[in-house]
Parts: sequence; structure tokens; C-alpha cells
Amino acid sequence: MFTLLDLVQPETIDDAYKILMAKKNNTVLGGCAFLRLSSSRIGTGVELSKLNLNYIAEEQDYIEIGAMTTFRDIETNAILQEYFNGILPQAVSHIIGVQFRNVVTVGASVYAKYGFSDLITALLALDTEVQLYKGGRMPLVEFLERPYEKDLLTKIFIRKNQRRASYHNLRSSASDFPIINVAVSKLETEWLIVAGAMPSRAKIAPKASAELSKENIDIERIAALAVEELVFGTNARATAEYRKAICKVLIARGIREVLQCK
Amino acid sequence: MQIEVILNDKPVVLHAEMDEFLADTLRKHGMLSIRKGCNTSCCGLCTVWLDGKPTLSCNVLSIRANGRKITTIEGAAKEAEAFAEVLVAEGAEQCGFCSPGFIMTVIAMKHELVNPTEAEIIHYLTGNLCRCTGYMGQLRAVKTYLEANII
Repeated sequence: MFTLLDLVQPETIDDAYKILMAKKNNTVLGGCAFLRLSSSRIGTGVELSKLNLNYIAEEQDYIEIGAMTTFRDIETNAILQEYFNGILPQAVSHIIGVQFRNVVTVGASVYAKYGFSDLITALLALDTEVQLYKGGRMPLVEFLERPYEKDLLTKIFIRKNQRRASYHNLRSSASDFPIINVAVSKLETEWLIVAGAMPSRAKIAPKASAELSKENIDIERIAALAVEELVFGTNARATAEYRKAICKVLIARGIREVLQCK
Repeated sequence: MQIEVILNDKPVVLHAEMDEFLADTLRKHGMLSIRKGCNTSCCGLCTVWLDGKPTLSCNVLSIRANGRKITTIEGAAKEAEAFAEVLVAEGAEQCGFCSPGFIMTVIAMKHELVNPTEAEIIHYLTGNLCRCTGYMGQLRAVKTYLEANII
């Protein structure tokens, strides 16, 4: 459980950023689900409810999602169910429960780069960019690779296109953290194989992904190649060996499913 | 810190610390139906409706509820009693600790979903944990309640 010395609800993004940066232990309050599990001593909590960042909007070339959009809104949104074979609603639907998903936010999960995140794995298989106050707009893959720098994530953009996508995961029991998750997508001849909760955060398997663009693909061989590119670890939930074995199967399933997608 | 909410259709002023969560604030105010079963935001026992949506009150800072509408089971009595009768008739209630949160989620599901399948019911209720039962009695009760369309 965290403690706050002060809490503010800024009415502009500029103010939110200024207050956030004013002291090292000033922190954005997203859904607060993961914060709640910590013992953080927060100076000023920057509460973003007044910034109107809870929206999903379909623009001409992009779907724009505000950082305070909840996972339940992602899950039930008609636009996101229509695009990319509904991978985003699919990905978040396994997380805890409806009530929890009405609390947790897109911005918090993406900014925190959680290893266990189902959302990040799915987003990484799409053409996603993030908007940071100081860092500007950049591809999600670039944001994930950057070293930590305190900033304010305000929105994400997903390019609208005909990308076909599929999401798979394994959990010990329904609603628990994932042991491993996988997203596979295809846009024309470009494929992306993504795995997350390894337990480290989502990464693309680039060589294996490139193999899928060739003719006469051997799905099992490419899935085996993908898991050699990825790095698996052991924690309380599963061993590295188990994760690798399951990941290979989920990737193969993902590829088969995407091949069938219309 | 004071927050102004509509609690069970009545305007109310609640007093809360800045880092206090809604479950604690509401319990201090007398809403003892709200239980905290896990401390990890996963059990659903503390479920209230925030602007009509089922939400974990243990994971919402009270300040976030300022100016909004909160419904606890005390404020959904008619629907809650109707479903509770069906639940008890199925022998689905044992210790009863999970029941208020569970009932709030069931009624929210009834408001939100139209003719849900069994899979959709189970999916919607996954966030409500029960340590006593295997959920089969609750599932029978939910189906009976939905089929009878009891209000």
C-alpha cells in the first residue's frame, strides 16, 4: 500500500507534467492497481482524471486511445472489436475480472512496461505508437527499448490497416497473471511474432518473423526458430524451459490462426 | 479531505485521506456490506457500481469518486433481494462473505449483457472469487434468475 503526501488533479497536460517533474518521488496515479501492491512513498500523486484522456477515437489513419482509457473500455469497444480480428479486446479479457478492468488504464500498463502485460504483447503486434509529453511520438517498439526516463504518456496510436492478428496465452488458472503470452500478426507479406510474460516484457522475434514472409513456410520450424531468438526466465509461476516449450506451441497456433483470418 | 458523492441516490459528503481507497471510506460511512477479501485487487468482494459500472472499491482512490454516483448493495436492495432469494434456494450461499460483491456483479451483468451464454456469464463473473463453493450453485442461480427475468 502506498502513501501520498499530497495529491493534485491538474487540468492541463502541461501542468500535470510540471508537477510530475518537480520532485523525484512525484508519481502519476493511473489505475493504481500495481501501485497498491507496492510500499511506495509518493510525494505528490498526479491524478489525471481531469485531463479527458479516457477515450477511444477512430481517426482517418489511426485509432487513438487516451492514456486513462480502462481495459474494460478496450474490451467492449466496437471499433477495436472490428479491427485486427479483435486482438486488443481478446488480449485484455483474461485479466482478473470486469471490475478490475474498469479500473486499470492503458497508459499505466504501457508506460510501466510490465513484463506480464497482455496488452503490450498485443500492441506490439500492431503498428502502434506512443505519445510522451517530453519524448514525443515514437513507435512502441522504440519506447520499450529506451532506458527509463521519467515522462508523461498521454495517448497511443494504432495505425488502421488490414493487419490480421491472433492472441494466445497460458495461465495457471483463469484470471491469474499469464505464464506466457503470444501475439502473431500479418500485414500483406510482413509478419510479426511477439511473445511476452517470458517473464520479461514483450519482444518481437525478428528472424522468425521474416521467415514467415518466404514461400512454403514450415510453421513448426519457424516457431522453433522464434523461441531460440527469445529469452525465457524462471520465476514462481513457471520455469524458463516450460515457458519456452509452451511458447513454441502458442506461436505455431498463432501462425495457423492468422493464416485463416479474413 | 471531503468528497461529495451521490451514494445510493442520496447526496452525501464523505471524509477521506488523500491516499484512502473507496472501500475504506464507504465502510467508515457504515456500508459494511463492502468486504476486503484479498488486498491484491483480485477477489471482487468489494464490488460497487461507480456511475453504474461494477468496480473494485478497494482499488479506487476516494478522491476519484468525487462528484460521481456510487451504488452499494444497500442501494440496490430490490434487485439484490430478488437474486439473493434465488441464490439461497440453490444452496449456493455458505459463509456469505463473497455474496454482496457477487450479487452486485450479477445485477451489473444483467444490466449490461443481453441473453448471455453460459460462457459469457462465467467470463463476466470471473472476477468474483468464492472460497466455500465450486461456483456451480451460483451458476444455477444466475441462470434461473436471468431466465425468470426477475426485477
